Amino acid sequence: MKSRLTLLLGGLIWVASALLALAQTSLHLPRTVEAGAAFSIQSAGSGKAVLYIVGPAQVLRRDVQLGETISFAAGDLHNAGHYLVVLVGSSTETGAFDVTAAHQPTALSFIAKPSRLPVDLHDGISGVAYVFDTFQNLVLQPTQVSFQLSGVAGVPQTRTVSTRNGVAWTKLDSASKEGAAQFTAQVGGVADKRVIQQVPGEPCRLRMNVRASGQRLELETEPVRDCSGNAVPDGTIVTFTEIYNGGEATVDVPLKRGVAKTEMPAYHGATISVATGVVMGNEIHWGRE
Amino acid sequence: MTSGRLLAFVIALATVALVVVGTVWPFQSALAMAGAAGSGADRLRPSSSPQAAVENLAGEIARRDWDTAYANLANKNEFTETDFIRDLAGSYPSLRTHASLDSFDVRPQHASADDAQVRLNLRWSTVVGTFLDTRDLRVTKSGDRWGVVWPLVKEPHVPPQVIAVNYLRWDVIYRGAEDDWGAQDVESPHVRIVDMHPVERAGGVVILGELLNEDVVPAFVTVKATLLAKDGSPIVTEDSFDKISHVLLPRQVTPFLIEFHNIALSEVDSVHMQPSSTLIAASADPVIEIEDQHLNPGPQPSLTGKLLNQSGQVVNVAHVLGTFYDNTGQLIWVSDGYVERALVPETPVSFAVSIPPDIASKVKTERAVTTIYSSNRFQ
Repeated sequence: MKSRLTLLLGGLIWVASALLALAQTSLHLPRTVEAGAAFSIQSAGSGKAVLYIVGPAQVLRRDVQLGETISFAAGDLHNAGHYLVVLVGSSTETGAFDVTAAHQPTALSFIAKPSRLPVDLHDGISGVAYVFDTFQNLVLQPTQVSFQLSGVAGVPQTRTVSTRNGVAWTKLDSASKEGAAQFTAQVGGVADKRVIQQVPGEPCRLRMNVRASGQRLELETEPVRDCSGNAVPDGTIVTFTEIYNGGEATVDVPLKRGVAKTEMPAYHGATISVATGVVMGNEIHWGRE
Repeated sequence: MTSGRLLAFVIALATVALVVVGTVWPFQSALAMAGAAGSGADRLRPSSSPQAAVENLAGEIARRDWDTAYANLANKNEFTETDFIRDLAGSYPSLRTHASLDSFDVRPQHASADDAQVRLNLRWSTVVGTFLDTRDLRVTKSGDRWGVVWPLVKEPHVPPQVIAVNYLRWDVIYRGAEDDWGAQDVESPHVRIVDMHPVERAGGVVILGELLNEDVVPAFVTVKATLLAKDGSPIVTEDSFDKISHVLLPRQVTPFLIEFHNIALSEVDSVHMQPSSTLIAASADPVIEIEDQHLNPGPQPSLTGKLLNQSGQVVNVAHVLGTFYDNTGQLIWVSDGYVERALVPETPVSFAVSIPPDIASKVKTERAVTTIYSSNRFQ
């Protein structure tokens, strides 16, 4: 019973001394500090103590003389976030302050998607920009970001968007002409560029011609283009199918220099068709008037 | 306890009896195969009958004992040993080159006093399955010995020439470690499933479909399917393995087939399809023509045809995928087959893709595609 009373009394004394210490906090801390900026902390009292500043990915330790101003040089604290201050001397004092990102954006991370898409696609390109200060802290204050998409032809598309929580985003249309477009995000004097490859869409009109060459037929498509007139890229597979009496022949041919050409056996009365992907071309009946 | 001992005694006795029977009266095919690891030639019967002569030859082929096999042929004066080896192992690296003889059987057709016809079925084992090589052999008697007249299949030799090819290929530069985190990697090719049908078959579920590369770059594709139960929980996931053409050039379409064993379609509420694609470096050549395609009905229906390599490059392995449609144009089956010989330029090579007999009667049209592997493709 006696030991329990002693324990209780001891606990009360410890709590009271801690509360007293807090009430007598003599640290004068700034509420916020800009990342990388110089700042100072005013202490009171006398004697020596050790000051700890603990924050995200950074800890500072200083031996200090109480009653003096403790100065921190520019760049001493550069990670934005909430910092805890602990002064350990004859008593322990604590406090806290925030480090905020610098107001001046100096870096940009720009994500543009997709890196390749068909021409003439509404809202097909999205751009997201993250604005950072010198120390790679996300600048949370609204900042104007300018997006520009300039293609191989036509007027560039431009959007100016304000950041929300450090992020700005937009959507833009792909151009009607194929080619590599420059997609730029700019904030202040900082810009970042991505390349968006705008590629031809579905082949719009697929036609082939045929001519006899001995026992074989020479088949060749006309230049294959999409509905905007862009040449469908080389390597695109064109399938020629020949159906004749009881038999069939097929060949997958890549476009080369805009056309696909191959040879197939010549059968009187054969029906020859051409297709690419799910797009059908014309049909030729060989040997029929 | 007593019955257990009795069972163990019976099993041990049966094992000993089978070992004795197998040693005293060995099955010739098995004997020849066993001889592959040792001096099996010593244990083969003398060629005192047409059947024994063919079995001995098959055993020597199984052991790749080309010298002995060639020396025992009755018509070795008609071709060289190199021609004989090339007939069986291929002139160019192909599935044949790396195949091993899994088993064989000998079927006498008819025989006279000094002449016989024998059919030899050689079942070769490869990494993609087995293939059957059937040879109808004439066996002649010379003295007291029978010798096989080997029907040499000589692979055509391509004369020296230059074949001009406008070589087209895609190379890819992927994202590097030094790139900013915002710099995106190259976009994966856009692929789309254009057709898909689940069907119940042989106590399981089969998913048939077709996949289109709708992008302008080559893709390495796979298709996975997950069967979902009525409560939405996944039952099982499978992929198409080799029942698909994995490399798809722009606008190319491949069929795919995914098999689920021991599942009833009635247990399945829905199917979750997961096509995936990766941008790869690829070449648009060589171009392979699939000619003389015929649907062959009968007890063992098949799609047969010939592959013609239109390029100047040797194709080591060719894989043919057949897509079969009914009279309404609906996809009803996908079959595949490998060609065991290399495709040399401008030389037709036959292929056959089997079709299940119950499916074959419904097939109205078909489409064949081929996927190829060349050992020097990226050189």
